Amino acid sequence: MKFTEGPEIRDTKAPEGPVEERWEKRKFGAKLVNPANKRKLNVIVIGTGLAGGSAAATLGELGYNVKSFCYQDTPRRAHSIAAQGGINAAKNYRGDGDSIYRLFYDTVKGGDFRARESNVYRLAQVSVNIIDQAVAQGVPFAREYGGLLDTRSFGGAQVSRTFYARGQTGQQLLLGAYQALERQIAAGTVQMHTRHEMLDLIVADGRARGVIVRDMVTGEIERHLADAVVLASGGYGNVFFLSTNAKGCNTTAIWRAHERGAYFANPCYTQIHPTCIPVSGEYQSKLTLMSESLRNDGRVWVPLRKNDERAPGDIPEEERDYYLERIYPSFGNLVPRDIASRAAKNVCDEGRGVGPGGLGVYLDFRDAINRLGRDAVEKKYGNLFEMYERITGENPYDVPMRIYPAVHYTMGGLWVDYDLQSTIPGLFVIGEANFSDHGANRLGASALMQGLADGYFVLPTTIGDYLAAGPFGDVDDEAVAQAEIRVRDKIDRLLAVNGTRTPDSFHRELGKLMWDYCGMERTEESLRKALERIPELRAEFWQNVKVSGTAEELNQVLEKAGRVADFFDLAELMCLDALVRSESCGGHFRAESQDADGEALRDDEHFAHVSAWEHGGEDGPVLHKETLEYEYVKMTQRSYK
Amino acid sequence: MNLTLRVWRQSGPSDAGRMVTYKVEDVSPDMSFLEMLDVLNERLIVEGDDPIAFDHDCREGICGMCGMVINGVAHGEQRATTTCQLHMRHFEDGAEITIEPWRAAPFPVVKDLVVDRSAFDRIIQAGGFVSVPAGSAPDAHSVPVRKEDADAAFDAATCIGCGACVAACPNGSASLFTAAKITHLSLLPQGQPERLSRAKAMVDQMDSEGFGGCTNTGECTAVCPKGIPLDTIAQMNSDYLKANAK
Repeated sequence: MKFTEGPEIRDTKAPEGPVEERWEKRKFGAKLVNPANKRKLNVIVIGTGLAGGSAAATLGELGYNVKSFCYQDTPRRAHSIAAQGGINAAKNYRGDGDSIYRLFYDTVKGGDFRARESNVYRLAQVSVNIIDQAVAQGVPFAREYGGLLDTRSFGGAQVSRTFYARGQTGQQLLLGAYQALERQIAAGTVQMHTRHEMLDLIVADGRARGVIVRDMVTGEIERHLADAVVLASGGYGNVFFLSTNAKGCNTTAIWRAHERGAYFANPCYTQIHPTCIPVSGEYQSKLTLMSESLRNDGRVWVPLRKNDERAPGDIPEEERDYYLERIYPSFGNLVPRDIASRAAKNVCDEGRGVGPGGLGVYLDFRDAINRLGRDAVEKKYGNLFEMYERITGENPYDVPMRIYPAVHYTMGGLWVDYDLQSTIPGLFVIGEANFSDHGANRLGASALMQGLADGYFVLPTTIGDYLAAGPFGDVDDEAVAQAEIRVRDKIDRLLAVNGTRTPDSFHRELGKLMWDYCGMERTEESLRKALERIPELRAEFWQNVKVSGTAEELNQVLEKAGRVADFFDLAELMCLDALVRSESCGGHFRAESQDADGEALRDDEHFAHVSAWEHGGEDGPVLHKETLEYEYVKMTQRSYK
Repeated sequence: MNLTLRVWRQSGPSDAGRMVTYKVEDVSPDMSFLEMLDVLNERLIVEGDDPIAFDHDCREGICGMCGMVINGVAHGEQRATTTCQLHMRHFEDGAEITIEPWRAAPFPVVKDLVVDRSAFDRIIQAGGFVSVPAGSAPDAHSVPVRKEDADAAFDAATCIGCGACVAACPNGSASLFTAAKITHLSLLPQGQPERLSRAKAMVDQMDSEGFGGCTNTGECTAVCPKGIPLDTIAQMNSDYLKANAK
């Protein structure tokens, strides 16, 4: 795939000065909107997860005129709801040495020095306000007998800063945001459109001015205009078909904004979560994550011998390899996600994996049950054990769980500046849909933190600075008409093919290809192969896809086909980005770039930058680099040994 | 496994609808119920038929989007399990399975097994929240909460809003759904200032949506995938009475 290199991105709009003062400075410098003007300013928010739901609610509270859209039947279904483990905050309620600076430090290091210091510091600062906000809303976090909030240590952190609500933290936080949103709907500040899917962005006179959406019940194509558009449409992990994402998660909103001019940053950064339930067969439609809090008490192992077919209980202690404890003695089972995932892949590649197809490792609670008692283990993990048993039919109190890595989160996304504004003025991108805070690897319990930081606290301030110059007047009719024509054309083309293969069968094949060639381990050869195969498969898709029904009705096949079409284009850009970034960093492991122990080897001299891709025409995409500078956290090779 | 499915097909709100029979072969016991329907739908699409429309999203039992009446039971006979978490190993080879949408007047059918549950959102809009704008919250530790209260609030707060309680209730009552939210917030200190006005507004909204009254049959809690306890309804009634006595 061809590409060219364009000018570097030099200004990210982050204020100068000491890192701890930058957000304060930006807030003070942001123009304010006269309260009387706010209700004349229209803002569209796409998606109602933690980021979109909290943003729409907060913008409504501030008095803006908000329209919120989601593809589900109610905003409460957004996939943030499935997050299990918890949310980080630098409260230091334990007095165990945590601080804003330490959360900042851990996040920059955990992101393998590919995130911006200014953004991450702000995230750590705002984290404390999120917990206050959620508690005030009635989010029932776990508490201790003294009535204070409980915390746990999570996902590679050595302090206890993760707040949680049993294994349903995402659900409880999302319901908090959803309730705040419903309150604004009742107040009339937010107009809610459920079962609507964004299919294009309207850009007029250089500004994002609205969206084209499809009413998924009637099929009607609608235009909605505004002074600013906020995308909070989540990640694109479903490009792999099998992932822990909800079935409906897709890239369409951000991809079509990318086609309209928004740069796409670091598309190859995907997070493979180490503790998921392994694939059980060809029909598999999604993968289920088991919270990594399980690694606090569960021990990960495989048999020492290859192809050992004995039942786990028959394998004596000395013939087990607790490989994480062996290779990483100081972090043991709590190493970050990318490291735990690759280690699992390595032992399975050696032929020591367990379960069907040898694609699994044990997560064993025997020792925890002996040490703490079954009741204590049940109290901590009961709902997770039940979920595991429901899916696999095996009881983890008696038999160790089998787990395997699965695609979980995408650190890449639309490029945004410090204000969370994309390269299209008036288009803001928040939550997983942007690329900003996690670098090349996201730490556990940081996604909820970022989504809510963006939605409750950052965006509502920075968008005001943009909107202060508005309202921006009438929108050019031609721009709206063009966007609508593009949408209708695409739908007509999909219906016209009338081939023999379902959208899902193409999606499954694309996903397999991405997992094999652009998954946990990438090589120049595998990526080149993918870049050859994707256009071939895409060509077949456009010649042979079968979309039943019509455009003027509830048509789930048509919805799916449109999303798969965009996944093809995104997949190609992901592979190109992975090919160009010939270093290993975080979740992006290039086999050519590893040290003597097989650990990821960064190349800071050539790759300490963000790769922001501009959508190109004939000559392919254009790469713009944003150099990353580390004034506070010195760049070092990560070591968890 | 080979199965015979009898599935409710209805092209839209104005269509009368009918049961249609399908054979599904080579079903793996490790499949989820929805994966079994995926397999059937893939076949229907290729054959040029209209696939069966059903709502689903997370497929891990937490988003609340899926829901079907399976052999007469909301979410099927497996207790504390959403449709997406139900697996085929719980069915016999050769079984005949009937699949219908939630049936309740306030949940009109959109298509096939898809129903409109927006009445639930309107009940929350009426008062299912604490009025606290972003940025106005005091420090999280400024108000301790007894662990017992926090745990009980959590138990009520786990409701996923799927609507099985309504589908199972002979009166089509939404009492369990409404009571879960009222109980969650009324057990916490943060929920006290609006406690009575919330209960009144939510119950009145529930009634105006056309849901039936509660006669304590307990079918709701029996099918609830999250096991929301029936005594939340007592809590709701108590708050509602107090609100009306004022």
